Order: sequence, then C-alpha cells, then structure tokens
Amino acid sequence: MTPLLELRGVEKSFGAVQVLRGVDLSVQSGRVTALVGDNGAGKSTLVKGMAGIHLFDAGDYLFEGEPVKVTSPKDAAALGIEVVYQDLALCDNLDVVHNMFLGREMKRLRLVDEDTMEQRARETLDGLSVRTLKSVRTPVASLSGGQRQTVAIARAVLWNSKLVILDEPTAALGVAQTEQVLRLVRRLADRGLGVLLISHNLNDVFEVADDIAVLYLGAMVGQFEVASTTRERVVQAITTGVGPEGGAA
Amino acid sequence: MSLDTDDPTVASVPDPEPDNSLGGIFRAYLAKLRGGEVGSLPAVLGLIALVVVFSTLRPEQFTNSFNFANLIGQSAGVTVLAMGLVFVLLLGEIDLSAGFAGGACAGVLGVFLTRQEWPLVPALLAALLTGAVIGLLIGLLVARLGIPSFVVTLAAFLGLQGVLLTMIGEGGTIPYRNDFINGLNNANLPLWLGWALGIMCIVGYAASTYVTDARRRAKNLTVQPILLWALKTGLLTAVVLAVVGYLSVERSRNPALTSLKGVPVSLVVIVGLLIVLTFMLARTAWGRHVYAVGGNAEAARRAGINVFRVRLSCFILCSTMAAVAGIMIASRTNSVNPNTGGETTLLYAVGAAVIGGTSLFGGKGRVIDAVIGGTVVAVIDNGMGLLDQPQGTVWMVTGLVLLVAASVDALSRRRASATGHV
Repeated sequence: MTPLLELRGVEKSFGAVQVLRGVDLSVQSGRVTALVGDNGAGKSTLVKGMAGIHLFDAGDYLFEGEPVKVTSPKDAAALGIEVVYQDLALCDNLDVVHNMFLGREMKRLRLVDEDTMEQRARETLDGLSVRTLKSVRTPVASLSGGQRQTVAIARAVLWNSKLVILDEPTAALGVAQTEQVLRLVRRLADRGLGVLLISHNLNDVFEVADDIAVLYLGAMVGQFEVASTTRERVVQAITTGVGPEGGAA
Repeated sequence: MSLDTDDPTVASVPDPEPDNSLGGIFRAYLAKLRGGEVGSLPAVLGLIALVVVFSTLRPEQFTNSFNFANLIGQSAGVTVLAMGLVFVLLLGEIDLSAGFAGGACAGVLGVFLTRQEWPLVPALLAALLTGAVIGLLIGLLVARLGIPSFVVTLAAFLGLQGVLLTMIGEGGTIPYRNDFINGLNNANLPLWLGWALGIMCIVGYAASTYVTDARRRAKNLTVQPILLWALKTGLLTAVVLAVVGYLSVERSRNPALTSLKGVPVSLVVIVGLLIVLTFMLARTAWGRHVYAVGGNAEAARRAGINVFRVRLSCFILCSTMAAVAGIMIASRTNSVNPNTGGETTLLYAVGAAVIGGTSLFGGKGRVIDAVIGGTVVAVIDNGMGLLDQPQGTVWMVTGLVLLVAASVDALSRRRASATGHV
C-alpha cells in the first residue's frame, strides 16, 4: 500500500548546524504514526518542513505516491495536511466557531456566513464524538486544556484533511484530559486519516500509536511497529540511536 | 487502544435548557458580568451618574435642549477620532498622531477649498486621501519594519503638528467658506428627516435582528431569547425617540430671529459611521481577522491570515477616520488653525475608547465603545464648564475618570483570566 506521506533522504541545515541528515519517514492512512526522539533530535524541524514552514534542503517529499513541492503552509493545507501545534495557536478572544474557521471563514455575499460555519463546526465536533463542549459560541479562553486541544484538532479535520500532524498534544494535560485527547486521536485514524503524533510520552505513544518512528540526532533510527516491539527497544533507540533488530521499516 | 465512543472520564453534559424568562436573561447577564465581561456597562453607569449629578447641580443649563445639541457638536470630533482609534487599539497598538493627522487633513481641505478654490468634492477627497496616506506610512513603519507604534506615531504627532503649522502659518487660520463643510458640525436636519432617519434606525435594527434570529432558530443554532430581542429593541426605540424628540424642540434663545431645531447633522455622521464600521468589524472576514490579530497574532499568521495587511488596513482606516474627525472639529469653528486636532483632542479620543470598554491590550472592543466613551468625556467637559469649574479641575476629573476606566479594564481582565473568560 502506498504510504499517504513519504519522506526520503530529507536534509535540513541551519547555517553550519545540520539538523536533519537523510531522514526517511512514511505515514499510512488509517494509522497513528508516532514520531519520538529526545530533545534536539529534529522532530520540530521535520514537522515544520512537512508543514511548509521550513524548506527541506534535499530529499524527496511524496504525498499519496506523488512527488510534491510544499513551500508554504498553504501548499500543505491544499494537499490536506493540517498541523496542530503544541501551543495550539488559538485566539482566546474568539469563540469556538471563529477559531475553527480562523483564516478560512465561509462567506455568503462576501459576508461571513455565521450560520453555515456554526452548523459545520457542530457537525465536525459531533462526528468526532466530542461532547465536552457546552456551546460552540463560548470564547476559547474559557475552555480547559483538553477542550482547547479538542478545538484545535477539530479545526484540523474540518477541511477533509488527509493527514493530521499533532505536536505534543498531551504535554500540558492532566490524566483525564490526556485520555480524552488520545481517544480523539485514535478516532481520527479509525476514520481513515493519517495521523502523525509527536510525543515525548511513551505511555501515550504505546497506548495510541500503530507505528513508532524514532529520530536520533537528526537521523531516522527506524520505524517500529508497535505490535512487534517493546518499550525497552524504543527507549534504547531514542537514547542511543540503535535501531530495531529486523524491525526497521 | 480502546475506541469506545463513550467517554467515562468526562461527564457528557447535555446542553442546559436555556432559561428564556426575564429572570433567566438577567441571571445570564449577571454571570457574564461576574466572569469579567463588563463591556460598556461601567461607562453607561458612569454616564447616568454624571448626567444625574450635573442635572441636579445645574438643572437649567445642563438639561436644556440647546446644551444637549451643543454637547453632540462638541463631542463629534473626539467621538469620530475614537471610532478610528478602536481599530488600532484592537490590534494592541496605539496611534498618538491621530489628532494632528486630523488637523493636517483639515488643513489640506482648507488649503485646497479656500486658497486654491477647488470644488468641494476633489478638495474633500484630497483631505481624506491625505489621511489614508498618513495611515499607510505609519502602518508600513509599524507592520513592515516592526518599529513600536508608540514611537512611530509619537514622531508623526510631532511631525504633523509641524506640517499643520507650516501649512497655515504662525497664528493664522484658514476659514472654510463652504456650506456643506460648515454644516457638518453646525447645521440641523429638517424635523421630518430627523424623525424619518430615527424611525428607519429602529425599524432597520428590529427587522434585521428579528429575521436573523428567526432564521437561526429555524436552523437550531444558538440564538438570543426572543424576550432579550424585545428588550433590546424596546431600549433602542426609547433612546432614539427620546433623543430625536428632544432635539426636535425649538432651542433658540430667540426663535423669532433664528430657529434652532432638529437633529444635528453631526449626529447623523456619527451614527452613520457607527453603523458602517460596526458592520465591517462584525460581519466581514476582515473584521474577524482584526480581532484574531489582536487576540493572537501568531495564531492568525499560522491560520493563513495576512497579518501585515490587516495591521496596515487598520492604521489606514484610523488615519482616514482622523481626517473625518479633523474636518468635523474644524467645521465647528468654520475654520482650521494650527491647533486643530491638538491640545487634548487625541488624549480625549483614546480616553473615550478606553472608557467605553475597548481594551488597550488588544483583541477586545467595539465601535460603539467610542461613542459611549466619547459621550462620557463630552459630558464631563461640558458639565464641569457649566459648574464654572476652572479648566484645571476639568482635566483632573477627566483624568480620574479615565483612570477608573483603565482600572475596570485591568480588573475585568484579571477576573476574566481567573474565571477563564476574555
């Protein structure tokens, strides 16, 4: 099966510092692929490259088997790639609907079409079985961390996106809310989307992911299948860069 | 990897049945206030208190219809200036130059209209264009080069003051000899037109909000209770009828000589701008983007909003509105002088926006805040004058009121962040 997204030999340097050295990565539709690695392994740079914020210096970027050029966040969005950043990038002073449609407001007669936006926001949230939001007209500032994360994720799937990249979605959450967000992540994959989950937390990763890609000092150690690996091997890969015996993707 | 759609960790709260009774509406409003969303309430309460105080102390002079119309004319310039400033304040920026930008534009109008004897329309367009260009330059310096708006507009404040002085000459004035321009802040509408416009406002508001609410109710979207709609419409009706009625009374001291009655043209200018600007801010994508940039510029940028263009457009709009304000101020005295738009004009305008409830921190504010705040400032100025208070006292009191308003803003923000509202 052709991977939804595939990177081959991707490189990126900032001045003299080489951050990514020939990274390969593949993400399948309907699966949660976790991207793990220690601080400074290059996770953020890799994600920013995929999102079109940085340009890769070298390497191939394939989406649905086709080579693509992603030079701006708009290109990524046009392909169906949505990124949910760690700081969520929500406007606290706007309500849930306006945040979900931020920058992509629906219009009728050149005016903002509040009715359709509110309906679609609700449908999307219902489709994700989100029941924790009382009203889609509440300002985002009054929501809890988990609810804010939910809004950010719902925003990412609103546009029939094919790949959702989540940057540390549970980093600032408590136990119950982490659980709630992980369920949502799982639901995205079960709906057929490709999910790339960046995380530090191996508990989360093993709970929700199907594949684990490990970055070590800017190089891809390998992609492990969760079903056929152990936590020890993954930890070893993260800390020492030793690949999986026979488990490499 | 459980995938039960049931979420035991979070109790699924069904939408609480909204309480549509009078008590329910009141409780919902109280809850909003307690959450820190005070809006214009402090300004409205302050305005009522001020009117009561001045009416008690100077019942003859303060409440008569002559003074009421006078008040509108006095406040028109500051109010229009404040309306433009709201857009810059929404971004969390400031425009200190708006007062003299208005003065300079009024000067340009005077130069072309009186000295060069241009026809009205091109002269007026030249003045408005001057405002837009000033805003464009400020906006470019702030949004492109990233110089703090405080510094850029401080420089523009000094520079434009010089431009105005050079244009007009030390101690000089340029008179306006155009009935339309002078009428902007002096003339009154015929009685029938005042009533017609007033009733159009009421019917327009009532009908448009009712149709919107009915459509949203049919689609099962969030909607205000119909009782709340009735309350708002009733309140608007009462205010409009009272204002138009009072302004339709003969207010000349010597009616046989000159008759003075009808809604001032300046009020029509204010209300017209209020409607247009509110519509732009609330109903267009650009308006949403202004709030988004003011709330979280980085989030707006990542969402694909052209932050630079939004910033630039707000500065252009602010300075163009300043041009209108400058013309309103000059129209009041039928002339422009090196001090037009100077002195306290800008400070009153910023004060007006903040008193009305627009936040200096950005992301929060409405155009009507400028009108409410402008009225508060004008009432203080006018009322204290009638009490024969020296100018020093007037300024001290105005300063105090502004301080109270800024404290309300800061406190409500703290309250809001504590309760999680904005």
